[in-house]
Amino acid sequence: MSQQGRWKHLYKVMSKPGPYCDDDWVPGSDTIDTLESSKILVIGAGGLGCEILKNLALSGFKDIHVIDMDTIDISNLNRQFLFRQADIGKPKAEVAAAFVEKRVKGVKITPFVGKIQDKDEDYYMQFKIIICGLDSIEARRWINATLIGMVDPENPESLKPLIDGGTEGFKGQARVILPTLSSCIECQLDMHAPRPAVPLCTIATIPRQPQHCIEWAHQIAWQDKRKDDTFDSDDMEHISWVYHAALERAQQFHIHGVTFQMTQGVVKNIIPAIASTNAVIAASTTSEVLKIATGCNPYLENYMMYAGEEGVYTYTFEAEKKPDCPVCGNLARKMDVDPDMTLGDFIESLGERAEAQLKKPSMRTEEKTLYQRFPPQLEEHTRPNLRLKLRELVENGEEIAVSDPAYTIDFRYRLVFK
Amino acid sequence: MTESFPAALTGPTSKERKYDRQLRLWAATGQQALEDSRVLLVNSDGPLGANSTGVSGVVGVEALKNLVLPGIGGFTIVDPATVTESDLGVNFFLEEESLGKSRAEETCRLLRELNPDVQGYYYSKHITELLHDPDFLPRHKLVIITGPTNRSSLGSLTQQAQRLGIPVLYVHSVGFYSTFSLQLDAEFPIVETHPDPETTQDLRLLNPWPELADAATAFGDLTAMDDHKHGHVPYILLLLHFLEQWKQSHGGNPPSSYKEKTEFREFVRSNARTDNPEGGEENFDEAVAAVLKTISPFSLRSSTREIFEMEQCKQLTPQSADFWVIASAINTFYNTHGVLPLPGSLPDMKAQSADYVALQNIYKSKARRDVEEVTSTIRQLESQLGQATPQILEREIEVFCKNAAHIKVIHGRAVPQISSDSDLTTLKAIRNQLNMEDSLISVFIATQVLDAVVDEIQSSGQQEAQLSVDDEALWTSHTERILALLSRDQPVPLDVDVRGAIANAIMELRRAEGGELHNISSLTGGLVAQEALKVLTRQYVPLDNTCVFDGARSRSEMYRL
Repeated sequence: MSQQGRWKHLYKVMSKPGPYCDDDWVPGSDTIDTLESSKILVIGAGGLGCEILKNLALSGFKDIHVIDMDTIDISNLNRQFLFRQADIGKPKAEVAAAFVEKRVKGVKITPFVGKIQDKDEDYYMQFKIIICGLDSIEARRWINATLIGMVDPENPESLKPLIDGGTEGFKGQARVILPTLSSCIECQLDMHAPRPAVPLCTIATIPRQPQHCIEWAHQIAWQDKRKDDTFDSDDMEHISWVYHAALERAQQFHIHGVTFQMTQGVVKNIIPAIASTNAVIAASTTSEVLKIATGCNPYLENYMMYAGEEGVYTYTFEAEKKPDCPVCGNLARKMDVDPDMTLGDFIESLGERAEAQLKKPSMRTEEKTLYQRFPPQLEEHTRPNLRLKLRELVENGEEIAVSDPAYTIDFRYRLVFK
Repeated sequence: MTESFPAALTGPTSKERKYDRQLRLWAATGQQALEDSRVLLVNSDGPLGANSTGVSGVVGVEALKNLVLPGIGGFTIVDPATVTESDLGVNFFLEEESLGKSRAEETCRLLRELNPDVQGYYYSKHITELLHDPDFLPRHKLVIITGPTNRSSLGSLTQQAQRLGIPVLYVHSVGFYSTFSLQLDAEFPIVETHPDPETTQDLRLLNPWPELADAATAFGDLTAMDDHKHGHVPYILLLLHFLEQWKQSHGGNPPSSYKEKTEFREFVRSNARTDNPEGGEENFDEAVAAVLKTISPFSLRSSTREIFEMEQCKQLTPQSADFWVIASAINTFYNTHGVLPLPGSLPDMKAQSADYVALQNIYKSKARRDVEEVTSTIRQLESQLGQATPQILEREIEVFCKNAAHIKVIHGRAVPQISSDSDLTTLKAIRNQLNMEDSLISVFIATQVLDAVVDEIQSSGQQEAQLSVDDEALWTSHTERILALLSRDQPVPLDVDVRGAIANAIMELRRAEGGELHNISSLTGGLVAQEALKVLTRQYVPLDNTCVFDGARSRSEMYRL
């Protein structure tokens, strides 16, 4: 097999300067050697991950690792093209790695079936670039904070570029993050606000939409009637039960429109996904990886959003690095609060506030612990604070440190009274 | 009771499960349209020059991948090339064993593996041979052509497709650049454009029909209500109520200017109760937030007005497509009532269940009556047009009425080219773009030069087989020729910066010597498939008509050329 023949097109581009390359870029075999020896980590082997693995292998990378904890489901087959009907139930990372290795000769793909949190800094330190195709904000925030924590100013090798892609229906985005140097996932958190949750009192007492009836069946009726079974959104019998409970409640309130499909969508928080959008976003991220690894063209600085509902629309811009970013900045982030809100309500609201999105926060000021979930004695000791108003616990403008079991770092906020 | 729910699985079919994530975007009707479609990919048409077997065609195969996965009915690959070593470094749908075999056959085989529901066909021939069979092209609902391809094949293919009303996508992916153009019918109507739900609310607060107006007065005296009731009046009824009060003190006129609307907003806000335990009322907060968005008289969007004024809408014939018959009936409705049929959907809002459902029913039944009125106009039109039995399905009329405010007609254009017989509109649009700073139109021009270079190589025949796609003289002469075409009849020659931008685009393009980079082809295959899906499902809004992606600078632009 002739490398020159096989990689003809790629090598040509790597062997000639272009008008947008840096003046000191050296085309030719050194660049090609750098490309082929760069070790890349892919996080996620789903809709984006399958595409990313294919793209990296056909961009000349030879040493690729992939992490994914999931197994293959039938609903993946409309886009995750490395999987077949017979693969349902097998781990995504292993099947994807084996497929691409078999198809593209000379590439080594090492799968890891598990969580990114199972791996430590030593593991992440071995890679040159990390590329994410995830559907979870939480996992993105974790890897972002980890990579930022790893940066040692004395050691340029400790700075691992993070390329992140995400899609929803016909929309998506690709972004390049240079930990500590450019805007990070956490700086941009409020650009990806969670959908507001329906208030519990609506679900419990005044449903108006079919979704409210489904939430009731899922959150309240299940707890009431089947609390000994752990609800599993992949168990068709469980979904079916919730569907029928929701349907009955909807009839009682004369609400139309509860369907099985909607029930699944609500309880699993399903995001529509298609092959074409994944292809666009995955290839956009891998194109940036190729440019960063070789210097053959300038890389994205630092965000490209894409929307395909009406023609082909992209918007490329530089998201700002925030000095008060809780992860890469050194100032506490300002948060406007109502001083008459209780600590309990405040804690509850952090799950939904776009700039926080913390589901199980504990918090303290410099002097005292406001609320601590663990250990149980401390929880019991701080629980009475939940009923107190914020103005009784903190000064206007005081800084608090918030921790959450999903993250290894503390988030600092400065509470400013409205 | 809930315990007695049947444990039996009444879930979706395995097909619905497989396609679940896309059915949430285009529903069963869109899926059916895809399954009824066969797509033709013309993936190469002869060598690009010395030592070349032709376009590697990765972008075309990647586009098909994204159509096979969601389950189009079938595809046909036309590609006379045989698989070479360099194909294996860039095309994922070929394997070691494919070397030396027909590329059409091998890519077809490996694409079919992706979805057993999809039929795949292949021809290891030139497209011109196949076009001799008049039945060949009509089997397809869409054609994707991978460029560069020579002028004569491209011309006969796009013209035949245009006569048959088959949309065409002409695609280039070269190095870090890609461009593609979509050729559609002269009128390509879309009903289900899927606008942002935020923009589609039509609540008719300034011109409520009697049942809605009655609902607002039926609530009675707000001030006499207890806190619970007061805090659960749906905001739509609050706004209607306060609008009446406002009108009484403003000579019968609703707030119209921005200043008046903000005054009205404060007036609504001032009526909220703050002495309750919550210190405010959610329904009033919703009402306040909705003032600027919803207190506006109905106005017809200009795109809809244009459709009503089109000849096809005004002059129906027995051959008129359903779209025009329904559009004409809706135009009659608009002329009678000054509004479009009510879409009938109601946003969620703070309210008691029964009050919300009652209000929702007022909107729904008005929408139903509007559909009935439009339907009866359509039945009259059908009989005037000589149709004995109703032709247009009620479901189709309903969907149209619901989307009436956002229907769209794209005026399709031929695949744009820069040549001596170019359309003047195309040349003008390109010249306008050249004046924009950082425009990517220079990339489109560079691919046009590539097309011309390849056309010369291919039409020069065997004796010139030594010519290379990287031949300096060919590039220089065609660049100058195309620049001359662009500045023809212009008072001033092309500006130095413009020439510089074009020279840069050509330099970047030539790095690849006509070859593809997998990433750029995969990305472009995604964009092209996206357009194909929109055209085939007739949902969402397709490209009109040319897109350029610049992978060197990670951005794209759209032009109507």
